[in-house]
Amino acid sequence: MGRRFLASTAALAAVVLIALLSQAPAAGQAPSSAAKATTAGKAWTPPRTPDGKPELQGIWSDNTLTPFERPKNLGAKEFYTDQEVVELAKRVREGRPGEEIEGAQLGAANPQAVRYDLELYGFDRTKLRYTSNRTSLIVGPEGVVPPMLPQARERNAARAAKNKGHEFDSHEQRPLSERCLLMGQEAIPMTPGANEGNLLQIVQGPGYVTLLHEIDHNTRVIPTDGRPHLPQNIRLWQGDSVGHWEGNTLVVDTTNFTNLTAFRGSSENLHLVERFTRAADDTMIYQFTVEDPATWAKPWTAEVPWTKTKGPVYEYACHEGNTMISTILRGARVAEEEAAKKGK
Amino acid sequence: MRTRLTDSVIPGTAAAIVVLLAAIVSAQAPSYRAPRTGDGKPNLNGIWQALNTADWDLQGHAASKGPVPSLGAVFAVPPGLSVVEGGEIPYLPAAAAKKKQNQANWTTLDPEAKCYLPGVPRATYLPYPFQIVQSPQTILMSYEYAGAVRVVNMGAPTKAPADSWMGWSNGRWEGDTLVVDVTSQLDSTWFDRAGSFHSDALHVVERYTPRSADTLTYEATIEDPKVFSRPWKISMPLYRRVEKDAKLLEYKCVEFAEELLYGSLRKKSSN
Repeated sequence: MGRRFLASTAALAAVVLIALLSQAPAAGQAPSSAAKATTAGKAWTPPRTPDGKPELQGIWSDNTLTPFERPKNLGAKEFYTDQEVVELAKRVREGRPGEEIEGAQLGAANPQAVRYDLELYGFDRTKLRYTSNRTSLIVGPEGVVPPMLPQARERNAARAAKNKGHEFDSHEQRPLSERCLLMGQEAIPMTPGANEGNLLQIVQGPGYVTLLHEIDHNTRVIPTDGRPHLPQNIRLWQGDSVGHWEGNTLVVDTTNFTNLTAFRGSSENLHLVERFTRAADDTMIYQFTVEDPATWAKPWTAEVPWTKTKGPVYEYACHEGNTMISTILRGARVAEEEAAKKGK
Repeated sequence: MRTRLTDSVIPGTAAAIVVLLAAIVSAQAPSYRAPRTGDGKPNLNGIWQALNTADWDLQGHAASKGPVPSLGAVFAVPPGLSVVEGGEIPYLPAAAAKKKQNQANWTTLDPEAKCYLPGVPRATYLPYPFQIVQSPQTILMSYEYAGAVRVVNMGAPTKAPADSWMGWSNGRWEGDTLVVDVTSQLDSTWFDRAGSFHSDALHVVERYTPRSADTLTYEATIEDPKVFSRPWKISMPLYRRVEKDAKLLEYKCVEFAEELLYGSLRKKSSN
């Protein structure tokens, strides 16, 4: 790495020197315009890892103002103009506290939702930005999750009904996120959430790509050696992921989810395909397609641009610091005792 | 006086000679040279696992009855030799008492029983595999147990932004050996099910040395002046999981620890 850096620095120095010598008489010209023209003309190609694979490594943030689903009033409009994006972003920056802004997913940066110190946790809404001209992360003319099939509706309603009235009986009835088993954002596919814990770190080794999500230190070690999926009887909260390279794109195929790992109401037969492509030095395009004939009539796709960012990725020890479950259950038991006393 | 002097000088000299010989032997015979990665570093990539009873007790121990009689022999404590250099952990007197207390109550106190992140070095010799994924800038270590993870920085050493369960890891190469300096660990982790513990002053230096195609030597020097009278060292081989398509599976043990942690808060079954 060091040697390669030295070599490229030396090469660059030589180019600069030659440029300086040849351009000496025309010192008034801007030398940067030539450099700009060459970079703009070519499609960006990612650097390579030591074993020759496209390099996706680094720390990324999937933070964006773009909402997951398209605001209804936009109809089939898939993209904003540059001017519209500028105006929307300005409205977010100058918005009154608590003001909802259609077309902007403020998440935790909406002061009504804030639980922490804005400065400390980086929820400063003036720092939020749109990461593309898309009007929604879901691509295509509809821009929304397709309607759920009747059978899926029934399945999900039956599950909710079973829990109804028993929400505080024990830890088993509490949501997976509260139990630190599976948090919204770490669950795959990865969707930007509440503008907190949006950091993702990618480390690549020969034959593997690893993805560390700051939320609950969730780590996926994805083999890219062409192996098959695990047998169907081994079911995992995060499914079983296998990857392969298509040109400069990492394609990851995931199956074997559990019957409790629901992504927007999906079943255990969810089939997820994720595509990771570097679009520039500081931009990754994360695209995913979900398919589940037991839930939706057709597959649907979303695209989330990730932005390279500085670390560090902090340790998110969710379970270790979980006082929520015991507090909620203790509260419920106390409430029951008091109700029983009153009843006597 | 004279005899006492010779008594101490002769063993001292002998020890020095032994150390010198050991140094010469190790310098002359780098018995195994690891294959290289694309960027020319020793290649430690793979899924590794300890094959010993260190997680039961770092120190030597005979087999004993398990804590749950109804499980019979299934959860009895298997015997093992000490992985501690010199056999014993050099506790300060007060710490030795606390260790005994921990051991007496380990089923309810051990952070492993609660599925808490294991810290270093315990993560290495828990009875679950872990995977090393090596890039030039960073080395990621992913542990099957509790989905624990750490990213070893291989660049210029950096400082921890905060104390954490898995600590802050800065790595470097010394010949074929990966040396990892681990600081800023919380005082909440243990070293084994026998109650071996540490304070927030813990400093661990790990050494991963390839010793054959499918084995590494793992050494960890443990320093914690609040708990131990001197630094001490553990050492053990790690074995590569060589089976076809070996893979870390998910072991999110939170759901197996919840009854222990929250079971007493269940609604009474009468209603």
